[in-house]
Amino acid sequence: MSVFRAFDHPYFTHALLAGTGIAAAAGLVGYFLVLRAQVFTGDALGHVAFTGALAALALGYDLRLGLFVATVVFAVLIGALGRRGRSDDVAIGSVFAWILGLGAFFLTLYSTRGAAHGTAGVNVLFGSIFGLSAGQARTAALVAAAICAVVALLARPLLFASVDEAVAAARGVPVRTLGLVFLVLVGACAAEATQAVGSLLLLGLLAAPAGAAHRLTARPHHALALSAGLAVAEMWAGLGLSYAAPRLPPSFAILAVATAVYLATLLTVRPRRDHTVTSEEERDDVPTPSRL
Amino acid sequence: MVTTLSLADTYPAWSWNPVTDLRAMWAFPFMVNAFRAGTIVAVLAGVIGWYMVVRRQSFAGHTLAQVSFPGAACATLLGITPVVGYFAFCVGAALVIAAIPRAGQGGSGQEAALTGTVQAFGLACGFLFVTLYKGFLGGINSLLFGSFLGITTTQVTVLAAVAAVTLTTLAVIARPLLFASADPDVAAVRGVPVRVLSVTFLVLLGTATAATSQITGTLLVFALLVMPAATAQQLTARPAAGLAVSVLIGLVVTWTGLIAAYYSPYPIGFYVTTFAFGMYVLARLTRLLAQALARRAPAPARLSGGAA
Repeated sequence: MSVFRAFDHPYFTHALLAGTGIAAAAGLVGYFLVLRAQVFTGDALGHVAFTGALAALALGYDLRLGLFVATVVFAVLIGALGRRGRSDDVAIGSVFAWILGLGAFFLTLYSTRGAAHGTAGVNVLFGSIFGLSAGQARTAALVAAAICAVVALLARPLLFASVDEAVAAARGVPVRTLGLVFLVLVGACAAEATQAVGSLLLLGLLAAPAGAAHRLTARPHHALALSAGLAVAEMWAGLGLSYAAPRLPPSFAILAVATAVYLATLLTVRPRRDHTVTSEEERDDVPTPSRL
Repeated sequence: MVTTLSLADTYPAWSWNPVTDLRAMWAFPFMVNAFRAGTIVAVLAGVIGWYMVVRRQSFAGHTLAQVSFPGAACATLLGITPVVGYFAFCVGAALVIAAIPRAGQGGSGQEAALTGTVQAFGLACGFLFVTLYKGFLGGINSLLFGSFLGITTTQVTVLAAVAAVTLTTLAVIARPLLFASADPDVAAVRGVPVRVLSVTFLVLLGTATAATSQITGTLLVFALLVMPAATAQQLTARPAAGLAVSVLIGLVVTWTGLIAAYYSPYPIGFYVTTFAFGMYVLARLTRLLAQALARRAPAPARLSGGAA
């Protein structure tokens, strides 16, 4: 079987190692993003990740340093601005468009240093999971494992705080701190996902498995596990697909599988009405302000 | 579009004499075309963007912009001019958004998850097309971050025709559209065809997005479509003045962006976003200052800002 020969290639095993961890972390974090209606944050952090990575490259630092610093700092900033910061879509959209513009500036700055640097931008934007070295893959997997561990540790209070913030606060759950810690996790996860599928596509990795899990089950802990499981399975399928058909770039293959699974759940599973959070929002006929 | 700056290119020196500088710049036909296209796009984006901000549909504009990338990439792969891809994909996506109620809204939770997935998948498709079309990888940056090189006279003509049709349509529906945007319920009761207007506007938005993407690139459409309009909204609440300010800012930003990009190695998208964002920040600060002054002074003449 040619599929099993894939494991003979070190680049494939590295991609599999890093991809599994990153997908699991993205699935867990994505579930809460969808539950807390903060998918937009993932979109915004994708923009920041690009600029952070290229700024680090342009200034001569490791790409991952820029990724993590930029995403975590901006996640904290978004958290500090709080709900007020989320409501003004035009302002936030403008800020992030400008940040992307800055990213384009750093990209040019970096690519003028040498001809070999020309593809750096494409790699950051669309990922290069098959290009990870053994060390990079190991670090990515370790960081992803740490993210997963923290999410698992915080899962109970975070679920409580996400579903009913007021009651959770009344019961003594530190809602605000939890929200901030969660945003830091999202930032770290975005930096991780950028290495796998790229900063433009990480939104899909965060949103698709989580959306499918939300559709499939109403029970939070099941959905959380399902989201991570789906993400890992989609990652494996995508990597396998890309190996079998080398013309398909891995990030496209992963996104294609994830989108197909999500669309399948949308078409086959009828929306539930019993889930407290979603039913309340769906009944609400007042048009919500659009967000970027 | 496929042309990229070679790294060894030397950039013309800025002589601090505007007349000679402009004359030297416009000696190149491609710069003349770039200015023509930029002007058309700035006017179009200024007007449509103002309505988009009023209607709070910037999320739809964002989605349409993302779609323009696979559109252009697909057209290049098929050997057609990218302009066709831009317009076909953006208008198609606008119709899809119009067909799904509430799809253009940010929504929350699962709706946002769906929109995010579709956006990411669209970009992934664009990346696939680019990889399938070998030798195009250098052009991917200009698709994403904008390029003013290689705009042909035909392209300018197409842009002008599209802008004329779009703006004429908008002029016809301008008044009822404004009414329907400000208060859809009352407008519907008064017999304004709210739904038809909404679909028409989305198609116009798709067209404007497709046109804007060609100058600012897929990722920076916000710079020309949203920022001038948002700045105008900070400064005035009156529709006519708002539209005028929005177009004016768009023009200033595009022209200065083109000049700056011509005289330096950095992409036009960076300059346009930076200038537009700077103006937006200035407008917000001005408004804050005006409000602070008005609060301190007991005079009833308060500056009432536009953004609801």
